[in-house]
Amino acid sequence: MNALDQTLALAWRSLVQVRRNPWELGDYSIQPILFLVLFLFVFGGAIAGSPENYLAFVLPGVIVMNMLFVTVYVGHGLNTDLTRGVFDRFRALPIPRWAPLAGRILADVVKQLLCIALLLFVGFLLGFRLETSWVHLLAMVALVLTFAVAFSWVMVLVGVIARDPEHVQLFGFTALFPVTFVSSAFVPVDTMPTWLQGFVRANPVSLLADAARALMNADGPALEPALWSLAWALGIALVFAPLSVYALNRRLARG
Amino acid sequence: MDNAIEVEGLVRAFGATRAVDGVDLRVPSGQVLGLLGPNGAGKTTVVRMLATLLAPTAGMARVGGLDVVREAARVREIIGLTGQYASVDEKLTGRENLILIGRLLGLKRRYARARADALLRDFDLREAAQRPAQTYSGGMRRRLDLAASLVGRPRILFLDEPSTGLDPRARRDLWERVRQLQAGGTTVLLTTQYLEEADALADAIVVLDQGHVIAEGTAAELKARVGGRTLFLVVARTEQAVAAGNRVAGIVGTQPQVDGDSISVPVSDPSLLPAVLRDLDSAGIEVAELGLRGASLDDVFLSLTGRSGASRAEPGEEEDAA
Repeated sequence: MNALDQTLALAWRSLVQVRRNPWELGDYSIQPILFLVLFLFVFGGAIAGSPENYLAFVLPGVIVMNMLFVTVYVGHGLNTDLTRGVFDRFRALPIPRWAPLAGRILADVVKQLLCIALLLFVGFLLGFRLETSWVHLLAMVALVLTFAVAFSWVMVLVGVIARDPEHVQLFGFTALFPVTFVSSAFVPVDTMPTWLQGFVRANPVSLLADAARALMNADGPALEPALWSLAWALGIALVFAPLSVYALNRRLARG
Repeated sequence: MDNAIEVEGLVRAFGATRAVDGVDLRVPSGQVLGLLGPNGAGKTTVVRMLATLLAPTAGMARVGGLDVVREAARVREIIGLTGQYASVDEKLTGRENLILIGRLLGLKRRYARARADALLRDFDLREAAQRPAQTYSGGMRRRLDLAASLVGRPRILFLDEPSTGLDPRARRDLWERVRQLQAGGTTVLLTTQYLEEADALADAIVVLDQGHVIAEGTAAELKARVGGRTLFLVVARTEQAVAAGNRVAGIVGTQPQVDGDSISVPVSDPSLLPAVLRDLDSAGIEVAELGLRGASLDDVFLSLTGRSGASRAEPGEEEDAA
């Protein structure tokens, strides 16, 4: 048994949990489908003339939004472990210090992957057809997952700082809603007021949605937004990973 | 005899507060030490330092001959920890929890399963094995907690307030299991707020107050320091309490404490009980309750520190270390 096996055991544990928690299961399955269907049929006509015309635009946007929302569970789960004493049980075991966190983030990648697959499948049922290639699609998935891992560190920090799991969710979703909606995920940027457009174009959610869209629909340049997304991911990880570790050590030293 | 746990001058400060302030402990291998004290005494902080969860501010602590700071990783291989702070995953089943711990300890999948099943059988959890731990009763939860800390067959076991929040039956059951572990040669350090519990389980007791060791010895030695026992009686009619108190004083020789309808006084001779009853009866004072009780932790505290406070603690309340 080495550190990798221990990390895998901890990831398994995070995934098994989902089975026992209907709410969380719903958040990974029903919620993304609901987002896609609602956006498509409620806003599709107004934004693109018809739901059919909107599907190719909104599907990548919903994939990105759902990815961000799913990361909240990294913080939620970590906070639950910290407040309930599970984290201390792990820390008293002869396993690497980083294994519980790594296991959680690894489990998160698996959940993300399942969500993306589910959204693509439902999108396909609704009439979405890939305009690029499988390689482009895999690149899109890899890009979104990379960003998810980096962004998980933000939620780790929230999970460490928050008093209880409910506050993680409250804060997580409250912060994510404006960031997600003030982006190009659901509407073209040029329909927004000029003063907002600068912010929207720099928003990593926009860059990621644009890159995903280009990789699925071949409707624009993919490389530039993809590189900018990766730059954001790197920046977020560089800032929030050390910050999270620092905050975690502080919390653990509090007694 | 070698010491499984050795602590010298252990200090832990949180800001300006010294939660643990120069504690010395020695637990010979195979013995049970009871760390006794009220909430906030520093018991949990001591356990957390010994279990490598918290770094000491100063002092030395060795567990199984290993330094808890420099050799923390190896300490974790020989200890088990159960308590308010080390818990199981409520969303996993009892069996999954034990398998997970086994896997983390390096057992192959097959052995982790076998170990989990053996522990579930030993701890009467077989029927609940496939249910999520959040559906367990308090007693079952604590049994699962204890089982989880035993997956790796630890030589040294830390039990942090193991019976807090348990009903009397579950508490007896837990005590029996601790005795079995002790019989099997495991060294146990348990913290408790109850003298009765320390008395029932521990070979030696250390009394902690405000981060200091204020007394140590066997339960009998501590009780001897507190003195004999306490006679208490409750009168049926509260207005007779003062009169009853005076009559008790006449027999016992000490002025008792009168509180509403209840009267209590320390006694050294238990045979005074019938005399008290006869005397009150002849005076026409009706007695609702009469008896002797042993020294409680409150009594120990009262005599050691001159102040009460031990029994104020609510079961299940977290120790406020900071």
